[in-house]
Amino acid sequence: MDASTPSATTMTVKDTSLFYGGFRAVKDINLHFRPHAVTAIIGSSGCGKSTMLRSLNRINDRVNGFRVEGTISLGDQDVYAPTTDVVDLRRRVGMVFQRPNPFPMSIFDNVAFGLTLYAPPKRADLEMMVETALRASALWGEVKDKLRRPATELSGGQQQRLCIARAIATRPDVLLMDEPCSALDPISTLKVEELIAELKRSYTVVIVTHNMQQAARASDVTVMMNMDEADRAGHVIEVGATDDIFTNPQHPQTEAYVSGRFG
Amino acid sequence: MRLRQGIVAQSIFFTAAAIVALSTAALLLFTGSRGLAVFGYMNPAEFFLSGSWNQNDENFGVLPLLAGSLLTVGLALLISGPLALGVSIFMVEIAPEPVRRVMRTVVELFAALPSVIYGLLGLTLVVPWVRESFGGGLGKGILAASIVLVFMTQPTIVSIAEDALRALPESLREGALAVGATRWQMIWRVLLPAARPGLITAVVLGTGRAVGETIAVQMVIGNITSRMPKSLLTGATTMPAAIVTQLPEATSPEHRAALIMVAFLLLVITFSLIAAVRAAGSRGKARPTTRRRPSPAAQTAAVKGGD
Repeated sequence: MDASTPSATTMTVKDTSLFYGGFRAVKDINLHFRPHAVTAIIGSSGCGKSTMLRSLNRINDRVNGFRVEGTISLGDQDVYAPTTDVVDLRRRVGMVFQRPNPFPMSIFDNVAFGLTLYAPPKRADLEMMVETALRASALWGEVKDKLRRPATELSGGQQQRLCIARAIATRPDVLLMDEPCSALDPISTLKVEELIAELKRSYTVVIVTHNMQQAARASDVTVMMNMDEADRAGHVIEVGATDDIFTNPQHPQTEAYVSGRFG
Repeated sequence: MRLRQGIVAQSIFFTAAAIVALSTAALLLFTGSRGLAVFGYMNPAEFFLSGSWNQNDENFGVLPLLAGSLLTVGLALLISGPLALGVSIFMVEIAPEPVRRVMRTVVELFAALPSVIYGLLGLTLVVPWVRESFGGGLGKGILAASIVLVFMTQPTIVSIAEDALRALPESLREGALAVGATRWQMIWRVLLPAARPGLITAVVLGTGRAVGETIAVQMVIGNITSRMPKSLLTGATTMPAAIVTQLPEATSPEHRAALIMVAFLLLVITFSLIAAVRAAGSRGKARPTTRRRPSPAAQTAAVKGGD
């Protein structure tokens, strides 16, 4: 496989429950994240959608007491197998966070960060890869003359696009986005959404969002999650093509949620 | 009514601030004027350039004291800085919570130990060790003093460096890990640069503690003022050690003035360190991602408490 072309890969979640200590936060999940498609996970606060997303690249391993039952796989690789190299997994499953989190270094170094962790490329190659990532995240035009400036000088929307550039610079197979627009103004939000639509050409994209319009606009598949009142565990209510979910929901809870009656 | 309370409160705070400012000014004025009187007895060139401080010849050259301070503090910080940094990284990024809590307690305990206890431990443990390991002499000298200072500066540097690292937002750590950084790459390439202003502050305040330390150093350094330090193993002195050793016996006005001049220099050095901390602090403020560092007021308090 040519390392320079991302190979959008399927992620599969099978019979999975997620625990914080003794508390089951998410239960009985069966999902399939398709390559070259944007899957949006929607649902009310506390239904476990972020926990679900953060278990896909094992970033939630950092949380004390976090535990997974079931099988999550990337292609045919078991994400939680004892033999899995977590660092390598995270290189293949990139993530963009809720709040922009640029590192306190230059714009260039932020994007180059992931590229220089192992076998740093030659300077000229590195510059090209950084430019490619910045173009792909629709930021190049705004920053090409100030690549040496601190990333923290950028606006919030630019910072978030920088974080997207940082995440895709290493050409992951899957891109996870955890409410990537929740800290952004409407114009920046629109730009990031256009970007997401663009990114699905190359990646498997999974996005958690609170914003119904965003899910409707930007995704191909929608997963509706909700908390089970009985045991307070989040679970999947309905999965379907986004158009169907929003125009013809099968489950009353989905209908209530997408029409804004609760959540 | 509320307005009057406001005025009363304001005048109380104003008075308090004025007292602090005035006493600082008075301190500088007193040591400055009394110290500078030494130049009535000898010319400044002699004071600053002579390599001997000998009260019997009434010859007061500050260089042996300055050199002693510089070498002792420099050597101590060379060991203490990296060590403390390692300890704080371990505490924040690696140690599980119960271990961290125990270490925190130990650090606080170390900070609370009176100087004279450090001196005593230095005298009974470090000095004999230096004497036996490196041979020759009494074992008292710059090396012994530096080793004692390594232990004395640990709590200052560790606690401030730990705060600086802990204050870094979790999002930086997650951001680094999410692009495939190992824990060490995250620490070296993201966390340490992000915490740099706080880490510089920690080391500078540790330096302040070391520069001002008196009793513990005086007990293990040998207190030789009459010549430049010849090696790390032979007797030497530092500025504060010389003051505390000689001031009680200084009978001539010239000797007293010379010692007070040394105190004045010490004050100038300490104030410069505070200024350096402030500069490092304000540089840090320009970066929105390095939040919640210790306030400049807390840093200043730590310098003053540290001698």
